[in-house]
This record gives sequence, C-alpha cells and structure tokens, in this order.
Amino acid sequence: MNWPILSVVTFLPLVGALFIMLVRGSDRLANGTARWVALWTTLATFAISLVLLYRFDNSIAEFQFVERLPWLGFASYHMGVDGISLPFVILTTALMPFCIVASWTAIQVRVKEYMIAFLVLETLMVGTFSALDLVLFYLFFEGGLIPMFLIIGIWGGPRRVYASFKFFLYTLLGSVLMLLAIMAMYWQAGTTDIPTLLRHGFPVELQKWAWLAFFASFAVKMPMWPVHTWLPDAHVEAPTAGSVILAAILLKMGGYGFLRFSLPMFPMASHDFAPFVFTLSVVAIVYTSLVALMQEDMKKLIAYSSVAHMGFVTMGIFAATAQGVGGGIFQMISHGIVSGALFLCVGVVYDRVHTREIAAYGGLVNRMPLYAFVFMVFTMANVGLPGTSGFVGEFLTLIGTFKINTAVGTLATLGVILSACYALWLYRKIVFGVLDKPALAGIRDIGAREMIILLPLVVLTILFGVAPKPVLDMSAASVTHLLANYNKAIAVKTAAMPAQ
Amino acid sequence: MTQLSWLSSALGSYLPLAPELLLAVGALVLLMLGVTSGERSARFVNGLSVWLLIAVAAVVMLMPGGRHSLFEGAFVVDDFARFLKLLVLAGSAGALILSLDYLVKERQQKFEYGPLVLLSTLGMMLLVSAADLIALYLGLELMSLALYVVAASNRDSVRSTEAGLKYFVLGALSSGMLLYGASLIYGFTGTISFAGIAKAASHGDIGLVFGLVFLFVGFCFKVSAVPFHMWTPDVYEGAPTPVTAFFASAPKVAAIAIFVRATMTAFPGITEQWQQIVVFVSIASMLLGSFAAIGQKNIKRLMAYSSIGHMGFALVGLAAGTPEGVQGVLIYMSIYVAMTLGTFAVILAMRRDGILVEQISDLAGLARTHPTMAFFFAVLMFSLAGIPPLAGFFAKFYVFLAAIKAGLYLLAVLGVLASVVGAYYYLAIVKTVYFDEPAKSFSAMPVTLRLVLAVGGLINVLFFAYPAPLIGAAEAAAKSLF
Repeated sequence: MNWPILSVVTFLPLVGALFIMLVRGSDRLANGTARWVALWTTLATFAISLVLLYRFDNSIAEFQFVERLPWLGFASYHMGVDGISLPFVILTTALMPFCIVASWTAIQVRVKEYMIAFLVLETLMVGTFSALDLVLFYLFFEGGLIPMFLIIGIWGGPRRVYASFKFFLYTLLGSVLMLLAIMAMYWQAGTTDIPTLLRHGFPVELQKWAWLAFFASFAVKMPMWPVHTWLPDAHVEAPTAGSVILAAILLKMGGYGFLRFSLPMFPMASHDFAPFVFTLSVVAIVYTSLVALMQEDMKKLIAYSSVAHMGFVTMGIFAATAQGVGGGIFQMISHGIVSGALFLCVGVVYDRVHTREIAAYGGLVNRMPLYAFVFMVFTMANVGLPGTSGFVGEFLTLIGTFKINTAVGTLATLGVILSACYALWLYRKIVFGVLDKPALAGIRDIGAREMIILLPLVVLTILFGVAPKPVLDMSAASVTHLLANYNKAIAVKTAAMPAQ
Repeated sequence: MTQLSWLSSALGSYLPLAPELLLAVGALVLLMLGVTSGERSARFVNGLSVWLLIAVAAVVMLMPGGRHSLFEGAFVVDDFARFLKLLVLAGSAGALILSLDYLVKERQQKFEYGPLVLLSTLGMMLLVSAADLIALYLGLELMSLALYVVAASNRDSVRSTEAGLKYFVLGALSSGMLLYGASLIYGFTGTISFAGIAKAASHGDIGLVFGLVFLFVGFCFKVSAVPFHMWTPDVYEGAPTPVTAFFASAPKVAAIAIFVRATMTAFPGITEQWQQIVVFVSIASMLLGSFAAIGQKNIKRLMAYSSIGHMGFALVGLAAGTPEGVQGVLIYMSIYVAMTLGTFAVILAMRRDGILVEQISDLAGLARTHPTMAFFFAVLMFSLAGIPPLAGFFAKFYVFLAAIKAGLYLLAVLGVLASVVGAYYYLAIVKTVYFDEPAKSFSAMPVTLRLVLAVGGLINVLFFAYPAPLIGAAEAAAKSLF
C-alpha cells in the first residue's frame, strides 16, 4: 500500500505518450511502434487499475488510496477514490485498450500523434475521476478538451472542423462558469480540498449560484437537453475510437460531477432545483428518443439515444434515493460499455463500406452472422431488455424516481418504449432484409481482431445484466454515506422553514 | 553578500542602483563601440547587448533584499521592483535574441539597434522603481523615446516609418495627458511622491480625481488598454517583427508595473474612484481584444488584438486592488511574456524562400512540415486561450480569483466569457496548423528562434508541475507594495 498506485494509474499513459513522442525512424516503423507502445501502456494501466479494484474496501465510504503533496499555495495534489469514482476509473482504463485496438487499421495517417492524443486523454480522464482537489479536478476536466479537439479535428469526418469547434467552445463556456464558482467556494470555505468541502455546508445563497454554475458545466458535458446539440455533431465526425471515448467516458464526467459536487456540496440547492432537472431529463428522454427515430446516420442515432439514456441518469441522481443514485451510477457504467460497443459496431461496418448512412445497409445477417449476433446483444442492452446491463440501470433509476415523483417516473417510462422503437428499427434496417446493395455483396464478417474487442464487451453486458451486484456493492457504501448527509442537510432546512 | 563588498564600497549608498548603472554604462560603451567602428561591429554590439542584459539580471539577483529608497524616495527598490526588473530584463533579452537572426537575414544590421533596446530597458527599470511623479515621467519617456526610434528602425520601409511616426505622435499626446494629470495631482496635493499623495488623497478631492483620470489615460495608452488601444494594431503590423515582439513583451510589463505601483501606493484612499475606471477599461479591453481578433488575417495584427485582450485580463487583478490582485497581475505578466516571446519566435520563423510571410493561412499544415514547431506553437495558442493544464490557465486563474474575492462578479463573469470568445481565434490558428492541408514548408528555423520557442513552450507546458517558485515570488513581491 506504500506506492502511489493511483498516481501510477493516472500518469502511466502520459509516460507512454512521452515515449512515443521520442520514437524516430521511418513512418512505417514509427507507426508500428506507436501502436504497440500505446497498446501495452493501456494494458499495463488496466492491469494496475485492477490492483486498485482488488485492494479496494467496499465497506468504507471514505476515500481510499489517498495521496497528498503540496502543489499550488492553497491547492494540493490530492488524489483518492471512493465507491463513486472507482467504477469510472476502471471503466476508463478498461476501455482504452479496446480503443487502441479499434484504431489499429482504421487510423493510417499521423498514427504517432493519434496515439499520443489518446494516451494523454487517458491520463486526464483518470485524473478527473480521482482528483480530490477542486483546482486539480478542473485542470484534468478541462485539459481533456485539448486532445479530444485534436482527435475530432484531425482524424474526423468531412465536417470535423465544425464539430471540433462546437465541442470545444460549448464545453469551455459551461466550464468557465464552474471555475468562477470554484473560486467563490474557495473564498467562502478557505480551501479547495474536496473531502473538506464535502463537510463544509455552504450558505444557501452561495449554494444556489454555485449549483447553477456547476450545472452549466456538467449539463453541457452530460449532455442534457437543450445543450446537447454538440454531441451528435461530435459523434458523427469523430473517428470510431473517439466516439467510443466520448460516449463511454467523457459524458460520464458530467454525471460524476453531479454526484461528487452538486448533490453533496449543495444539497439544498439540489433539492430546490430537482424539479427543474426532472423536467429537463424527461424532455431529454422523450424528445431525443423521438429525434433518434428520424435519423439517417447510424452514429447520430446512437448519439441521440445517448442523450436519452443520460436523461435517466440525471433523473435518478436528483431523485436522491438509494435506488436512483445507485441506478444512475450503474446506468452510466452500463451505458459506457454498451454505447462504446455500439460505436465499435458501427466502426466495423464503416471500415468496410465507408458510409454511416442507414439506408446504405441491409441484410447483413446473410454475410455477417457473427456481427449480427454481437450487434443484437448491444441493441438489446440499449433497449434495456432484462438480462442485459441496460435493464438494471434504467429499472433502478425508474424505481428511485417513482418514490419521489410519480409523474416524472411515468413519463420517463415512455423512453423505454421509444428506445425499443429506434434501436430495433436500426437493427432491422441494417441486419435484416435482403442483401441487395452491390457494395455489400462481398462484405466480410468480423475478423479475429474485431472479435477480441467485441467479445469481452458482450460478456460484460450480459454478466452485469445477470449479476449487477458487484458493481452496485462497490458504490453502495459511498452512496449511502452521500445520501445520509444529503438528507441531514435537507432535514435541517425543512426544520428551519416554519421558523422563518 | 560578501562578493559584492567591493561594489558596495565603490558605490556607497547608491548600491541599490547598481543594475541600472551597469546597464546605462554598458549601453553607452556599446554605442561608442558602434560609433567608432561603424556598421561592421553591428553584429558584435547587438550580440553583446544580450549578454549585458543577462549580466544586469544577475546583478539584480545578487542585490541585497529588503526595501531601499534613494533620491529622497523617488527611486525605490523592493521585492516588487526586483521581480518586475527581472521580468523586464527577460522580456528584453528574449526579444533581442529573437532579432539577431532577423537583422542578418533582412540586412538590417545596425549597431544602434542593441543600444536602443538597452536604453529603453533602462527606462523600464527606472519606471518599475519610480516612486514619485517625476521619476515616473523620466522613466516613461526614456523607455518610449527609444521605442519610437526602434519602431521606425527599418527606415527604407514605408510601413515601418509610418508605424514609428504614428506611435510617436500618439505617444506624445498621451505623455502630454499624463503630464497634465500629474500637474493637477501636484496642484491639489502639494507633493509629487506617491506616499505623500496617498496621505493627502484620503479625502478624495474632485481636482485630484481629475488628475487621476488623466494619469490613467497615459497609463492606458502605454499598456494599450481600450479605449486608448488604437495605435496598437497599426504599430504591431508596421514595425519590424522582432520590434513587435519587443513591444509586446517588456514595455507592457513595465507599463503595467507602474500602473499598479502608482495606483496602489498613491491612491489607496480613493479606491472606489479608480476602481470603476479600471473595471471599465478591463472589461472593454477583454471584449474588444476577443471580438476584434476574430476577423484578422495577419498574424501580427492578430497578436496586437490578443495583447489588448491580455492587458484587459491583467487589469482584472489591478481592479481587485488587493495583494491577491497584485500577485495575480505579476503572475499574469510573467506567463504572458513567456507566451508572447514563444509565439513571436514562430512568427519570425515564417520565412518562405527568404521572405517573411505574415498571413495566418501561411501556417496551414505546419504540423506536417514542422511537427516540433507546430507542437510548441499549439501549446502556446492553447495557453494564450487559457486552457488548463497550460500556464495561461493559471495566469487567468489568479486574477479572477482576486476579482471574486473583491466581489467584482460582473467583471469576472464578463471576463471568463470574453476568454471563451477569445479561445475561438486561438483555436482557429490551431486548426490552420493541425487540420488544414500543408502549404509549402518554411525555411529551417534558426537556432536562436528555436531556443526562445523551446524555453517559452516548455515553461507553458511544465508550469503546472512546479508552480511554487513563481507563485511564491509573486506573492512576496505583491506584499511589498502594501
């Protein structure tokens, strides 16, 4: 326990990136080296993060693997994970090798820079989830914009410039307001240390403004309706692995932020604004599901379905019940696996046919039976079929919300039906039917490399669907602790009400 | 301080003035050298000027600490002055290093160039230490007169002479305003020393406030803050590029320094009077700098608007009017100098077939033709935009931190929004460099430019890993003013 395991997990990818930077030689050779170094670095990072998982004590609500070093005068380099952040750290490290392998042949130009961008991004993402100081958190959180901007802009599709600018500026605009709130919190509490701030108890007025500022940032990142419009553009233009990271991890930073900051630090504001969040969530669930029905581009459809699924998450989190919050975390993890896998599935056919238009496909089952099976599993998980991981999260968030607000819960249930409509429609259009498109006549089924990527995700999707307990247990203690504090703060407030 | 004992016995009570004396004597010796041996010594004189600046910086560092006051309080050496002197010297030395290669390639090798930069730097050092109105004016004029001449140093170019003349006429006007303000302040307080003014100013006479406004006009002109920024784009574009790099770095630091010192030490009693001016100027500069830069095609002109914006951000710290605010200004200016010099190293390397090009579109695809240069350039652009974890983020962070503490919420909100707008045009440059198809590649980057770019770029990349020295020094420097 004496070595700084969390820092190693965080900064190992950066070391790999530096190594790739120093690689010289002919293009072919350097590209090969860059790929292998990136793969081994991400695998090693994943392996070390498993040590984290193994040593993690589920029964403790406090932060574990804590490291602390002096850094800026008032802010310190403070790292640690609890049951809320650890699942995201593992999700990040677990998905990175898949992304590298998925880019193995798809990326042929500027491979070195591509791998460097991904490794730097991994460092920043793990750092975001394990930072225990607000300034440090902001540093990692915002820093992630730079590599993602480059990934979309350099290796993206035809409208990559527009998409990358939109992604960057949207997110930045939300985040700078959060930065000001962080400063205000510092002057109020005298520290930016997250564990201290969690116990601080901010005055109601500041809670309100700070909640709104943090909301501006996380709502864009999540993304919630109506600030979700950057997401479809970014997804469509990004390369496959970029979409995977975006859907699976970057979006989760928003949800993580709500859980880490909004709910515990501003409980009264969260309570007051909960109806507002519910409204936006329900609109997101119903409206974006309807929008998804109309899409002609596969990636765009999945992007809109992501917005809808994130609606369940925000709804569950702000219901502030054990099922809602636990379900929200589970839904994020599950969505990370499922949507990542769906984007990989799109990548598989895109690599062969070079179009994402739904109308260009049909009847793939005739030539790609394995692909049809894998894609079906993820489609079902996306729908939320019992037995897949998608069901558990949606079900828990809905239960959690019903207790608090029946109307919202009922409306959100519509989303489950709608998701079945668009997901099955997509599946039917692409996989079933007659294979009459000449471009598809010679299409190959998924090869060994693609199978290696997709099979573990199939297993995880079904495993978490049948046995969700390990994931739920990991976060249970921290969630209980969070909600106990939340309810205490609300109780104080309601007790004070009549006195006014 | 034993190694300085011989110096201290020779100088007596003038010891704190040693860096300025060394710089003055050195500049004159180099000038004489140039005059006696003619144009062929130019390369030698200009090269030696860099070393002289480094030597002066070393002397500043060896000087005993604490607060020293000379010439009946007109000249003060404290932590604030020492910090800014080092920064000014670094800025001047960096700009001079940037010009070495340019002077050779453009056949502009003149021996006056180095000594003029040195004399201007001397003016800046006096300005940084000035603690009364006369010393302020002397320092300001010594700095500016040399600047007017270097702006027009390419005397066969219409653009360069126009830039010099424009700068001179407008600069003279602003000096006049400043003098008028100074005379009003003297008239209403009966003293020229900042400390004396502070004592007399506590009741906020209307005449004094009048003088304050005129004084601020002069300062705003020198730091190129809105609404006295009009000269900046034309002068930046017209002046020879290394001169532009010089304008953008050291004189800005010195002007901000005296702005801060005069405001903090002479007018602490009438904070609410000057605070509203600084808040307005700061907001206007940030907004104009962000919006006006978007349409620019010429990179020097873009840097002019960018510098206007950055001065707006630096003034956010001054507007707070607290030790934290001054600390923020100092951190901001330090990082700003590193960013600016690095950026100009790239601009000076934009040389195609022996000719300097200045259009942003000329940078297209730099990432393929010159990957290392493009990497550092992108780092600098993201840093200028204030994206973490680069140094530019910390610069903005500290000034806004001070503004929030001082309760200037509107300023802070408008400021961060302006920084988002500003991010757009920096991103547009990164886009040109990284996303666009490569244009014809530039000539190889000279060693001197590589050096400045590498130093500037690495400071920006690695600042987050070890920020303590700069932040600590800035904190100590800020405290010495209060």
